[in-house]
Amino acid sequence: MNTQTPPTTKPGTELKAQAKALSFYYGSFQALKNIDFPVEKNQVTALIGPSGCGKSTFLRCFNRMHDLYPNMRYEGEILLYPDGVNIVDRHVDPIEVRMRISMVFQKPNPFPKSIYENVAYGLRVRGVRNRSLIDEKVEEALRAAALWGEVRDRLDDLAFNLSGGQQQRLCIARALATDPEILLFDEPTSALDPIATAKIEELVSELKEKVTILIVTHNMQQAARVSAYTAFMYIGELIEFDDTKRIFTNPSSKLTEEYITGRFG
Amino acid sequence: MSSILPLKHPPETLAATPAALRQGWSSAKLRRRLAEHAIETLLLLAAMVSVFTTAAIVAILVWESVVFFRSVPLLDFLTDTQWTPLFDDAHFGILALLSGTLTTTIVALMVAVPLGTILAIYLSEFAPFRVREVAKPFLELLGGIPTIVYGYFALLFVTPVLQRIHPELPGFNMLSAGLVMGIMIIPYVSSLSEDAMRAVPMHMREASYAMGATRLQTALFVVTPAALSGLASSYILGISRAVGETMVVAIAAGMQPNFSFDPSEPAATITAYIVQVALGDLPHGSIGYQTIFAAGLTLLLITLVFNIIGHFLRKRFREAY
Amino acid sequence: MIPKSIGASTSETGVAELRRLIARHKMWDWLFGLLGTLALLFATLVFAALFGQMLINGGPHLSWDFFTSFPSRRAASAGILSAWVGTVLVMLVTALVAVPLGIGAGIYLEEYARKNLLTDIIEINVTNLAGVPSIIYGLLALGLFVYQFGLGQSIAAAGLTLALLILPVVIVATREAIRTIPQNIREGAYACGSSKWQVVSHHIIPYSLPGIMTGVIIGLARAIGETAPIITIGALTFIAFLPPSPFSSPDHLLSFEWLLAPFTVMPIQMFNWISRPEEAFQANAAAAGLVLLVMTLSMNALAIWIRYHFRKKIKW
Repeated sequence: MNTQTPPTTKPGTELKAQAKALSFYYGSFQALKNIDFPVEKNQVTALIGPSGCGKSTFLRCFNRMHDLYPNMRYEGEILLYPDGVNIVDRHVDPIEVRMRISMVFQKPNPFPKSIYENVAYGLRVRGVRNRSLIDEKVEEALRAAALWGEVRDRLDDLAFNLSGGQQQRLCIARALATDPEILLFDEPTSALDPIATAKIEELVSELKEKVTILIVTHNMQQAARVSAYTAFMYIGELIEFDDTKRIFTNPSSKLTEEYITGRFG
Repeated sequence: MSSILPLKHPPETLAATPAALRQGWSSAKLRRRLAEHAIETLLLLAAMVSVFTTAAIVAILVWESVVFFRSVPLLDFLTDTQWTPLFDDAHFGILALLSGTLTTTIVALMVAVPLGTILAIYLSEFAPFRVREVAKPFLELLGGIPTIVYGYFALLFVTPVLQRIHPELPGFNMLSAGLVMGIMIIPYVSSLSEDAMRAVPMHMREASYAMGATRLQTALFVVTPAALSGLASSYILGISRAVGETMVVAIAAGMQPNFSFDPSEPAATITAYIVQVALGDLPHGSIGYQTIFAAGLTLLLITLVFNIIGHFLRKRFREAY
Repeated sequence: MIPKSIGASTSETGVAELRRLIARHKMWDWLFGLLGTLALLFATLVFAALFGQMLINGGPHLSWDFFTSFPSRRAASAGILSAWVGTVLVMLVTALVAVPLGIGAGIYLEEYARKNLLTDIIEINVTNLAGVPSIIYGLLALGLFVYQFGLGQSIAAAGLTLALLILPVVIVATREAIRTIPQNIREGAYACGSSKWQVVSHHIIPYSLPGIMTGVIIGLARAIGETAPIITIGALTFIAFLPPSPFSSPDHLLSFEWLLAPFTVMPIQMFNWISRPEEAFQANAAAAGLVLLVMTLSMNALAIWIRYHFRKKIKW
């Protein structure tokens, strides 16, 4: 069922990361099966598929979130360029990976701190003490997350007081403040209303200029709107990877076609 | 009565005599309703016992204290620094007992708060699953050791050890009693604090780890601040325990009232004084007999204040998520 | 819109710098892990010292005679007969009073209580009583049981005192155990036509029994070691006789004379020996402490075992 040759991006483009024969196990259960997957630099790549297909599991491999829980195992590799380090290698520190690859979660999860401290968190974790540098970075990140205008006068307010959409943009700002190389989005709009969703989508399209983006979504229209490439996953396997336009107009796999036309999922 | 099965009548009877059945039903129904009502009333009475207990505690302490304060002015009670109710020259200054309670409590907190907090953070955020599975029940066991055993340990192990370091230390001293009391309340502090940290949702930790934070950074910058009211309530509960603890101080700190805040001196706490009076045989109704109720009322009020603060803090951390 | 510096890609030197930073942070992590392990080790050492000291001082004194002898003015021949018999009898009274009252109160609060002022008052009282120092219960008992009820310094007075003391423990354990039972169990039983009490007696009580048992055992283990309230009611410390046997009466089947008999219990006996200046008596204290320690620790261990065992077995 899998494509014969490993999926590729368009010729002449630069890769930011690449999964090679990646498998992942929870105990003895194989959640990801031998996945080959390219991530093009400064593009948005979307992962779609029915619930439980492994798309979030796959995404969480990119910043080693699985390492927080016991009884799991990676096989194969995810290479991060330019240095080509295999980020799922047991000898590579997950903290180093997470400092380079940041993540935005399904539900907005700001810390019970002020707006300012939320955004500054990554810098504090890196031991940055220079107040003016932190100020500058916080403002930059909030601007990049299209939140600055709304919160500039109340940076010391508790982050919980923001609306859901604002909280999610705050989480994006938090992730951006430390200049990550890749930004992972795990269904970032599933807890948000349509207007907030539209704002986040717009933001994702803009951010790709500066940071490579991988986004998991169960909303196919969203994938079509924001991404350059789309991957369809089913029961732990990568069924199809292609240019987003092609996947939604002329998928090569029957399964993909059935999913995007809404016959299951 | 409790064994009434849902289906009381065999089906044949149901079909055969509908009229008789309806009658049977209604009397059975009535009996059933009465029984249900009686049971509910009994259970309510069981629950009311706690209300009666509180009322009885307050009534008895206040009743005897009122008699006591008829002969001892409240101002003397609160400002005199001597407590010699059984002497000819009787003084009734509760400060002499409060100083002992305060000093032993502070020593105990200096042990229990840092160690309890470190253990809570370690067990909640650091320890491997297996260590936690063994350490938690072990700490619970430590919390279950009778206080009289801790008292023996303070007097006959900790004091001699301290005397080897500091030879002038008297055989009865507040330091050793406070240290052992601190060890005794570590399990309370650590288990309540850990509960509070466990209540911090996992997605909060994930957000921190996703930023590249280490365990310690996540624990100190995210989990501990989020669990702060829970931690505070565990400290408050520790204080309340230490203030009310009796046997360790009665055995190891001596029972001589002494207005002093020097842990190396012997002194009596409020609780130790009550024990001392109870050990003698003071006639029921004498002023000496009433002093222990006045002292007990003071103790109750102090612990009540801490319990109320602790209760509200605990409520806050439960509502936070 | 997007500032220039966001999204800078990490160079080789950047990665090397990152690694140095992480190494430094992880050293702190490691140090805290060490600190935690040391704290745990400290707790273990304290326990070892406490238990070891009791064992060394009291162990040689433990013999059959120690359990079958009355206390004596001579340390060598003194034993804990009256103390352990007293403890057993007092615990009997405590359990008979606290278990039905505690479970009843717990069931009432979880299954019957409506949201009203009375319920709030009961709840506040239970919470508050759990934090009242044990010696206050002793004062309550002294004023109420000993003098008002005229029970004197008897087994009944002590048993009732300790029952009130552990009541909150039993209530809280009962409530927590009941709370873990999912609502659909109740709905299923009601759907079969059960009355409220049938739901409670057929389902709620049996399913929450392990949790309740845990609470009862922990409560009783605490009561066994309680010294202060018993001293406060004025229990005599030197008792060289046993309470009258329940089977001693010629005309009745059971006699309840023992309820009003003077008594001593294990912790009081131990306290009495600790207070003696002679070292020989302190060995007796250690032996009694050892017995007390083994009793409470095994009860607590049993409670912990029950909890872990049933938590694994029942998954809602």
